Amino acid sequence: MASFESIEVKDGVDQETVDAVREVGGAYKYGWETDIEMEYAPKGLNTDIVKLISDKNEEPEWMTEWRLKAFNRWEKIKEPKWSMVQYPEIDFQDQYYYARPKSMAEKPKSLDEVDPKLLATYDKLGIPLKEQMLLAGVETADNGEQGERKVAVDAVFDSVSVGTTFQKELKSAGVIFCSISEAIKEHPELVKKYLGSVVPVTDNYYATLNSAVFSDGSFVYVPPGVRCPMELSTYFRINAENTGQFERTLIIADKGSYVSYLEGCTAPKRDTAQLHAAVVEIVVEEDAEVKYSTVQNWFPGDEDGNGGIYNFVTKRADCRGDRSKVMWTQVETGSAVTWKYPSCILRGDDSQGEFYSIAITNNHQQADTGTKMVHLGKNTKSRIVSKGISAGFAQNTYRGLVSMHPKAKDSRNYTQCDSLLIGDKCGAHTVPYIEVKNNSSRVEHEATTSKVDDDQLFYCRQRGMDEEEAVALVVNGFCKDVLQALPMEFAMEAQQLVAISLEGSVG
Amino acid sequence: MLEIKDLRVNLEDENKEILKGVDLSVEAGKVHAIMGPNGSGKSTLSYVLSGKDGYEVVGGSVKLDGLDILEMEPEERAAAGLFLAFQYPVEIPGVGNMTFLRTAVNSQRKARGEDEISATDFLKQVRERAKSLQIDAEMLKRPVNVGFSGGEKKRNEILQMAMLEPRMCILDETDSGLDVDAMKLVAEGVNALRDAGRGFLVITHYQRLLDHIKPDVVHIMANGKIVKTGGPELALEVENNGYSEILSEVA
Repeated sequence: MASFESIEVKDGVDQETVDAVREVGGAYKYGWETDIEMEYAPKGLNTDIVKLISDKNEEPEWMTEWRLKAFNRWEKIKEPKWSMVQYPEIDFQDQYYYARPKSMAEKPKSLDEVDPKLLATYDKLGIPLKEQMLLAGVETADNGEQGERKVAVDAVFDSVSVGTTFQKELKSAGVIFCSISEAIKEHPELVKKYLGSVVPVTDNYYATLNSAVFSDGSFVYVPPGVRCPMELSTYFRINAENTGQFERTLIIADKGSYVSYLEGCTAPKRDTAQLHAAVVEIVVEEDAEVKYSTVQNWFPGDEDGNGGIYNFVTKRADCRGDRSKVMWTQVETGSAVTWKYPSCILRGDDSQGEFYSIAITNNHQQADTGTKMVHLGKNTKSRIVSKGISAGFAQNTYRGLVSMHPKAKDSRNYTQCDSLLIGDKCGAHTVPYIEVKNNSSRVEHEATTSKVDDDQLFYCRQRGMDEEEAVALVVNGFCKDVLQALPMEFAMEAQQLVAISLEGSVG
Repeated sequence: MLEIKDLRVNLEDENKEILKGVDLSVEAGKVHAIMGPNGSGKSTLSYVLSGKDGYEVVGGSVKLDGLDILEMEPEERAAAGLFLAFQYPVEIPGVGNMTFLRTAVNSQRKARGEDEISATDFLKQVRERAKSLQIDAEMLKRPVNVGFSGGEKKRNEILQMAMLEPRMCILDETDSGLDVDAMKLVAEGVNALRDAGRGFLVITHYQRLLDHIKPDVVHIMANGKIVKTGGPELALEVENNGYSEILSEVA
């Protein structure tokens, strides 16, 4: 028999979730803005801007050339229109592509030199940039019974990385964790070898745009045989108005290594929409394993659908080596528009890809998200668990590709795709694409759509919970398979987010 | 403690009267049973008392300890001490039984302005009460009512009742779908909660549950009204002669 104590921590929604909802009272918690002097590149996009970004980052010529090539390509291609999201045409010339706090003009050598206002911003977000502190969720989790866990943080503020913690300790383990701008300067051989090798410059409209104008992001290299001694994380904050954030993340897990990486995102409340187009590339070599978790909580726009982040993201992992493994977990609660398909190329024999997703849309939010599992190697396995929750006037689409190539003998995929509707003005859509080109592979797809059941809500309320507590409880239960896949640091935050995102969705 | 006066209720969508003037009062420390044929309005009464949507109260009043509960939300009624053991307990996938219980206990405490229960006290109480209902740790860990047998679901209702310590307990056909052993266990759970400060309204179709939960007062409900009230012997009369004789007698 399991002990009562272990039940205590693991199960569904927590009192803290409910407290968080109370405290926040339905408002987007991260909607405030930091008043800080900024330096902008001129509005608009042309070769001069691309060169300027490259110049600001003090990049070598090969990098500038790489960007310009991407820009030339981007000018020739068109925005994709196939997704189930609708938004006013984006004027790409009416955006700032580079914004950095003035105090960051000269890169601080250590966190002690970083502008206190910036540090205060992350502090307020609950992201500790001091190494003796831990992520907020960790201390409070399980009534403090959890042992101390260190989490290294790379903090990206608008276009620049503010600082990265625990670098020394990681370095002694052989792990490189720094901003991508730093990596381009300090580790050009690695960047040259891997950048664009998973998501080519020509991949898609937004990835190409990102390749031209990305300003910063994170870089991780874990050498052969090393198990990264702590969780790594990047915290993205958009602060400046009318400014796009284009970050680029590159993670390389060399043979037999392991790393778990977390990513969080927030932005202030604004009336006008803002653009975010990121690219994440992950290279997984033989016997290596990468876990990548996201809690995406960009400003979703107001109740009437004004403002919010347009989130166009390309994330892909290339399981190059045999027996390599990657696991994507995402909790998507923010953004006005989400267009995102974290994918796995299962190239190595016996490689494995997993995708766990919770996508919550409320009010006028729209999400078109899912994954691609491309089975190239023999005996490869993939698993997809997607939970879409739609409330208000929102539209939520799962779009997923499972492709078994002729050489991917004896491969398997299992897909479970569940949608939950709250109210009668929202929509849930499931668009699976399945291609099987050999006859020894197996693909399973299960999909359900349900509504939050009035009887469940009444049952909870008869026991004393108010309507919002009841919805939070039922929805957290619905998402449990995915919440369990998250590292503890994010699981708490994610539970709270699930509750908060659905505030005002009933009644 | 529970005072129902001339309660008249329509089905919201159909303008059809289901309760046609129910009068009933349950005193603290007493167990009242309501028996009646199918469609007499017994379950409707339990839903209306607990505040389920879909019913329209067109007349009369319901007071719990002097408070007009018809104006309250279901969760406010719960915090005021009203508990309904459901005839068909609802499944909530993914939500652990323990989490559900603790959330419920704390919601009610908070609504009453009390502090949250400490994790240790909560565990201690659950353990104790689960044990006497033969609910093991595995069952506490499973999602609420998912995959539970009929007996497990009903025992789980009684566990919730024990943890929430309500003033007024309504049991809606708690015996339905139970074999004799399961019914005994449930009845023992209920009897253990009998207390001078607590009232019970036991709704049942058959007399057999009342062999185990001995009522102080028995009411017969038919066609949306209480048609006869008596002592425990009334339940036996129903058992022996069926409802038709009593109904023709009062008609």
